[in-house]
Amino acid sequence: MGNFLSWMLPPGASTFVGDIDWIYYLILVVTGIAFVLVEVALIVFLVKYRKRPGRKATYVHGSTRAEIIWTSVTAVVVVVIGVLSAPAWDKIKGRNGVPPDAMPIEVHAKQFEWNITYPGADGKLGTTDDFTVRGQLHVPVDRPTVATLTSEDAIHSFFVPAFRIKQDAVPGMHIRVWFQPTKTGEYELGCAELCGLGHYRMRAVVTVHTQADYDRWVAQQAHSVAQR
Amino acid sequence: MRRMMLGAVILAAGVWGCGGSKGNASAGGSTGAVAQAGASGAGAAGPTGNATVSGVIHFTGTAPANPKIDMSQESACQSKYTTPPTDPQFVVADGKLGNVFVYVKSGLPAGATYPAPSTPVEIDQSGCLYHPRVFGVQVDQDIVIKNDDNVLHNIKAVPSINRGFNISQPSAGMTSKRKFSSPEVMVPLECNVHGWMHAWVGVLPHPFFATSGPDGSFSIKNLPAGTYTIEAWHEKLGTQTQTVTVGAGETKTADFTFSGPKA
Amino acid sequence: MATTATGTSSYTADHGHAHVDDRSFLRKYIFSTDHKIIGIQFLLMSLTFLLLGGTLAMVMRWQLGFPGKPLPGGTLLPETYTNNGVVLPEFYNAAVTMHGTFMVFFAIMPLLVGVFGNYLIPLKIGAPDMAFPRINMASFWTAVPAGLLMLAGFFVEGGSAAAGWTSYAPLSARSDLTGVHLGQIFWCLSLIILGLSSIMGSFNYITTVINLRAPGMNWFRLPLSIWALFVTACLVLLAIPVLSGAAILLLFDQTIGTHFFDPVAGGQPLLWQHLFWFFGHPEVYILILPGMGMASDIIANGARKPIFGYSSMVLAIIAIGFLGWGVWGHHMFQSGMNPTLGTTFMISTLLIAVPSAIKTFNWLGTIWQGNITFHVPMLHALAFVSMFVIGGLSGVFMAASPFDIYIHDTYFIVAHLHYVLFGGSLFAIFAAVTYWYPKMFGRMMNPFWGKVHFWLTLVFYNCTFFPMHQLGLHGHMRRIYDPTQYAFLREVQPVNVFISISAFCLFATQFIFAANFIVSWFKGEKAPMNPWLDNGLEWTVASPPPHGNFGATVPTVYRGPYEYSSPHSDQDYLPQNLPMPGAASAHPQPAGD
Repeated sequence: MGNFLSWMLPPGASTFVGDIDWIYYLILVVTGIAFVLVEVALIVFLVKYRKRPGRKATYVHGSTRAEIIWTSVTAVVVVVIGVLSAPAWDKIKGRNGVPPDAMPIEVHAKQFEWNITYPGADGKLGTTDDFTVRGQLHVPVDRPTVATLTSEDAIHSFFVPAFRIKQDAVPGMHIRVWFQPTKTGEYELGCAELCGLGHYRMRAVVTVHTQADYDRWVAQQAHSVAQR
Repeated sequence: MRRMMLGAVILAAGVWGCGGSKGNASAGGSTGAVAQAGASGAGAAGPTGNATVSGVIHFTGTAPANPKIDMSQESACQSKYTTPPTDPQFVVADGKLGNVFVYVKSGLPAGATYPAPSTPVEIDQSGCLYHPRVFGVQVDQDIVIKNDDNVLHNIKAVPSINRGFNISQPSAGMTSKRKFSSPEVMVPLECNVHGWMHAWVGVLPHPFFATSGPDGSFSIKNLPAGTYTIEAWHEKLGTQTQTVTVGAGETKTADFTFSGPKA
Repeated sequence: MATTATGTSSYTADHGHAHVDDRSFLRKYIFSTDHKIIGIQFLLMSLTFLLLGGTLAMVMRWQLGFPGKPLPGGTLLPETYTNNGVVLPEFYNAAVTMHGTFMVFFAIMPLLVGVFGNYLIPLKIGAPDMAFPRINMASFWTAVPAGLLMLAGFFVEGGSAAAGWTSYAPLSARSDLTGVHLGQIFWCLSLIILGLSSIMGSFNYITTVINLRAPGMNWFRLPLSIWALFVTACLVLLAIPVLSGAAILLLFDQTIGTHFFDPVAGGQPLLWQHLFWFFGHPEVYILILPGMGMASDIIANGARKPIFGYSSMVLAIIAIGFLGWGVWGHHMFQSGMNPTLGTTFMISTLLIAVPSAIKTFNWLGTIWQGNITFHVPMLHALAFVSMFVIGGLSGVFMAASPFDIYIHDTYFIVAHLHYVLFGGSLFAIFAAVTYWYPKMFGRMMNPFWGKVHFWLTLVFYNCTFFPMHQLGLHGHMRRIYDPTQYAFLREVQPVNVFISISAFCLFATQFIFAANFIVSWFKGEKAPMNPWLDNGLEWTVASPPPHGNFGATVPTVYRGPYEYSSPHSDQDYLPQNLPMPGAASAHPQPAGD
């Protein structure tokens, strides 16, 4: 129940936490102030100007000055929020945002599985040491990974809450999404776009390794692939 | 305008009547014998007899290793295995091939009809695999689908002639009943939550079919005397046919030999 | 409550006009061309769908709060919906889809546009009826088969549509992906038919407002409800054909083998999303603007004060009507569309907050220094303002595209849209129904039970939807059948239980409203002509108004609708049609200038 009325975001584990979370807290503060001002004014007015016998309401039709003030203040505030948010969007989703040294993987979504293809020891996709694992995303820590999302059937959405990343996988499209984990550990990858009756179970485990552990895991997988 | 409304209501009620009435009766069948179900033919209108066609499915060459299944993300299934589970594409022992569907393809008198037996055929999802993997049913015979795993399975039938279905069973102990209304060999069944799960069902208008056991043997009983084209089907190795003539009370042997895929 | 007739001119009561209403029962109540009867027909139809949509929500909340537990009464449902009484994922997806579809297309939209567009426009502008009464009748009788067809989906093999109310292709286009074939076709057909109904309704409203205003009812004497309904009708007329077109393409994909939305043969799934949201975002404003307008009327009445900033309110409505077309991309930030568009849509989306803020501040300005009467409609209208503020502010979080990456398709958006559509639209609808009920049915609703219903609804509503913000911030995806499948969601499962229990209470509370509605119809206190002491023209005729509304004499309008507490009057209201005693400026202006 600890999260019942918590306005804090859960702890994250990628560099995007730093890019995104502060925007949330900024908007939370701005809208929080607006919320309190409006609701308090509403309640104060309702109490103060409740009907009393022998009183008449003030006969006014408005105030141009008030209109100008609240229109321009609101416009300025929202534009500032937009301008402050734009760089993070470009960094995370922009076409040129993907770091050139990112490790490539392929994430192929199908009803209701995530099949992830790894580049193997050579770090390149499309070579013979590639291998595919179902339902497990393994990535090294402190190094960008770029996933090419594809889908076999419906639209799925690649969502790792701890990484603050979400991107639809659309059939017929190859969409690149990147992230850089900052903490080792296990996280969850879920599907965020309704994709059919098994949508709620389209889950995968995300494991962030140290680079050494990751290399060991790759070697182990390569070994078991060779065995087949 | 009112007639239009009325039409919509009638349409709705009509389709409900056609599609909705599937009871939830529990399966009373024996899981092991299901592949041979249907031979009882209670009050069959079509001719039956006491001839038998039996045989053995032989396998030559090297069977490819059955692929390992990574069930690490499904502990409820993985816990049912002591050794790493594999996908039983080739059930080969001592040069004999199991899971081959053998059935009378032609030769029965034209117009012979065989009513569907009231005993359902049961297919069980256990350990994230189908049991049985290959089986036959008669047209309109109930198939009871059972989930023994406490995980979601969806059962998707992808027929080319029949109407398909796609249903789910999110927890253990659930059963559903479905049937097919036209002959079709084979209708693939799949689970999309576990992409490796496949089964095949042969839908036939008569009870003369069998699936080879792990020892490769099969037996089609209660045939009337006649000349039949017998077909054997394997999921990876395709089909083979041969013609067999049986007289009343006779037992004829029809062996098939499949060879491993060329490397 | 004063019962004096306020309009003292000749058309006040029934006896002003001579003709006897000799229409047959069928013509009078079933195939009626009277806008008031059609409005009431829409009211009964859409309240029924509201109940159905709510029932489906309860199914969802049961499964979310108590996943895997048998639904009470679930064993009575067909085996394709429940197994041993447990809701199946396919039924859950169908419930998600049809809840949204019913609520948006068959409850909220007809409640606002069909009911109040019909009922209020002629009465408030001083017209005898709509410009095209027969088309108006056709509009209702087209909506009925559309509704029945949508409903029929539940009774066909494969069940109803289950690809979400947004019907994202290719899930909606390919029956092999869902197991739903006929239901998905019905969904498209139903919306195409309903689109015809909406189009017939909307050009009727537009024509009526432009052409049938009473003498003196110039554009800036129109009540804000009429302004809002007018702009809404323009949005409907322009947006619905886009949906119809998209639905026709989808129907072709489902039935005749085209591949507009399926990449297997060169189609593009994002095309559906662009078309749907190009309709869908104006639709969002279709679902809120009439509520804003009617709440404005009611708040001015309750505060006994002229609406604050009438011109900016009108401009804000028009601005929303224009800006609403340029923001659809914010539904698609994570869809894979060109990310450069993300920034553009973020800015346009943030800007549309401005007119909404203007409206909110003006409502506050209206109650400021008022003399506020808390009648039941006023309570609902104030709740509308208060809840709409939450819905509007939560929208800012999603408008900021980087943060939308995190909360897109989570319960945060579920919370947001319900604060707008329930907290906003539905509270406005409760306000409007309770406000115009006496005019519609000639009887008052019970104010005590009205207040009980209001307070319980307000409390349970917030208990239901507010914690959804927290679920969303925790990363809880929407449209998830069983959240306990995820370890990180198991921590917040108690919140789901709390929400579900609140939702059940919220649902139960609505039966108080239903009972009040039905019992008052037959047993309510007889309504006077003008129970709320309102200035509008509809309050100058009998409750309910006769066929033809104003009889032989068309009312003349001398002022705007918000002249409350005017120093020129001894009372605290001044009806629009009352000539100013001895004032020279009282010459009526011709309409349409």
